[in-house]
Amino acid sequence: MNAFDWIVLLVTMVGIAAYGAWHTRHTDHLDTYLKGSQTTRWGTIGISVMATQASAITFLSIPGQGFESGIGFVQNYFGLPLALIIVCAVFLPIYRKLGVYTAYEFLGQRFDAKTRLLGASLFLLQRGLAAGVTIYAPAIILATVLGWRLDVTIISTGLLVIIYTVTGGSQAVNLTQKWQMGIIFAGMVTAFVILIQRLPAGLGLGGALHLAGAMGKLQAVDFSLNADKRYTIWTGLFGGLFLSLSYFGTDQSQVQRYIGGAALREGRLGLMFNALLKIPMQFFILLLGALVFVFYQFEPAPVFYNRVEWQQHANGAHGAVFHAIDDKHAALHAVKQEKIRAWLDARDHHSPAEPAARTAMLLANAATEDVRKEARAALTADDPLAQTKDSDYVFIGFILDQLPHGVIGLLIAVMIAAALGSKAGELNALGTTTTIDLWRQFRPLAVHDEARNVRAAKWFTAMWGFVAIAFALFAGFSENLIEAINIIGSIFYGVVLGMFLVAFFFKKVGGYAVFWGTVLGQLLVFALFFNLSISYLWYNFIGCAACVVISLLLQAAKSNIESAEKPANP
Amino acid sequence: MKSPDPHSDESPGVPGFRTWRGIYLFAFGFFVLVVVLLALFSSWFA
Repeated sequence: MNAFDWIVLLVTMVGIAAYGAWHTRHTDHLDTYLKGSQTTRWGTIGISVMATQASAITFLSIPGQGFESGIGFVQNYFGLPLALIIVCAVFLPIYRKLGVYTAYEFLGQRFDAKTRLLGASLFLLQRGLAAGVTIYAPAIILATVLGWRLDVTIISTGLLVIIYTVTGGSQAVNLTQKWQMGIIFAGMVTAFVILIQRLPAGLGLGGALHLAGAMGKLQAVDFSLNADKRYTIWTGLFGGLFLSLSYFGTDQSQVQRYIGGAALREGRLGLMFNALLKIPMQFFILLLGALVFVFYQFEPAPVFYNRVEWQQHANGAHGAVFHAIDDKHAALHAVKQEKIRAWLDARDHHSPAEPAARTAMLLANAATEDVRKEARAALTADDPLAQTKDSDYVFIGFILDQLPHGVIGLLIAVMIAAALGSKAGELNALGTTTTIDLWRQFRPLAVHDEARNVRAAKWFTAMWGFVAIAFALFAGFSENLIEAINIIGSIFYGVVLGMFLVAFFFKKVGGYAVFWGTVLGQLLVFALFFNLSISYLWYNFIGCAACVVISLLLQAAKSNIESAEKPANP
Repeated sequence: MKSPDPHSDESPGVPGFRTWRGIYLFAFGFFVLVVVLLALFSSWFA
């Protein structure tokens, strides 16, 4: 990065944060602070929902996913439009009708105070644990690649988001997310256009897509019923529906984005905006990764894309091993380039040798993939704690190596804007839930003191921000721990969704049954988690089903006991 | 909590759509179209 990149980065990031904080500095009404401006329209709500979900990892990891495994990951989002339709039709009208600030306040209305406290506590536990990761995950990648100090990166991004989120609450979050998403869209489209221009002359977008397809990177929809396959249309529809329903319907960081606004219509249209655009957007980001894969087929490609990690080992005691792997990969990569050109030539001329050329190309690709596996094994042999997942570094490496100055600053701004946008939504929700569902329960006299409520919300938002920074600084995350945080989300999401489904669809079930149904359902999920080895996505469904079934059984048992205890009419 | 929202039964106010059910059907239809286009995209470039 040069001075021009730094100017672009600082002007966009600090400028947006300062604008958000300044524009909303007089936000002193509780309603505006917690739900955003009452005049907010559907476009702002839609972008805010999108920005809260799209973290920096979305723009760092998903192109890497497209590069490594192809665009099949898009199927994970197939349940999302269906979930958003359900949220629009069922969840949102009830939240608006009751005028709640948090989703858990609805549980208190529908059941009782202890159920509301349980729902809010599960959210705070799960989101609180994840709070550090949202800052840490992009910071570690940017710090590694750009040579920044990790602690400075974490503290500076953390403080920036705390300042404007505390100052203007939900209104500032909505306002800044709109500009941040503008930067993100501009940056990603710019990267796409430059990538197409950098492809070899004569290949073009069509040729690049055919090459990516031939290499198995463009299998977007897989109808296979094979349970061993991670991404199929069925896992996307079924698992994705439950995951999205939990996230958009019951997670306060999303609920807070759409319950405000001028009218119910604005929230609904904001969600429908996401139902229409989310899959195309994820497809575009994955396709970008697949095209980066094509780009590197014609350029010298590193054997391991986390070049800093690789270089450290290459300069170490066993450097000869790493240099030998580098040489082997370079030789095989050159062979692969020849085979690719031969296949493209055969394809362009409709040659009968095309199938044989394709087979030769795929064999050459498999040979380079084998060397990449060898490289990972060498890293682990040299240091068992070495990072062996390099797909997160593919896109950022492409940005730094191939894009012109100014655009590099813009793309780094994309990553930081995404981190700030999702973090702001998260802090806003944690602060709101702590204020409304915990603090106000123990300070009932403060309910009508609006200024005191706003002050409390500001303090709690700041508190969660500092907890997140401290967690990111001192927790010492590993790759596996980051995945562990995602697993924790799935462990809690299911039962929380179960509580809400019981609330919406089983009117006869009361607070006692759903409270203990949730507790027992959660214990069952814990027990299964420690004894089974199934994909963690399944716990979304298991937790939800367990909570609903146990609540119904407990309610039936309670009703039977009560009717048996009733004295018979004389 | 605030008083109940007086606009809960409002029409979508989107040209061409008189009810929310129409909007939801459109979103569902668009989703199906996207999946079909993705499947065609996969087979075209396979």
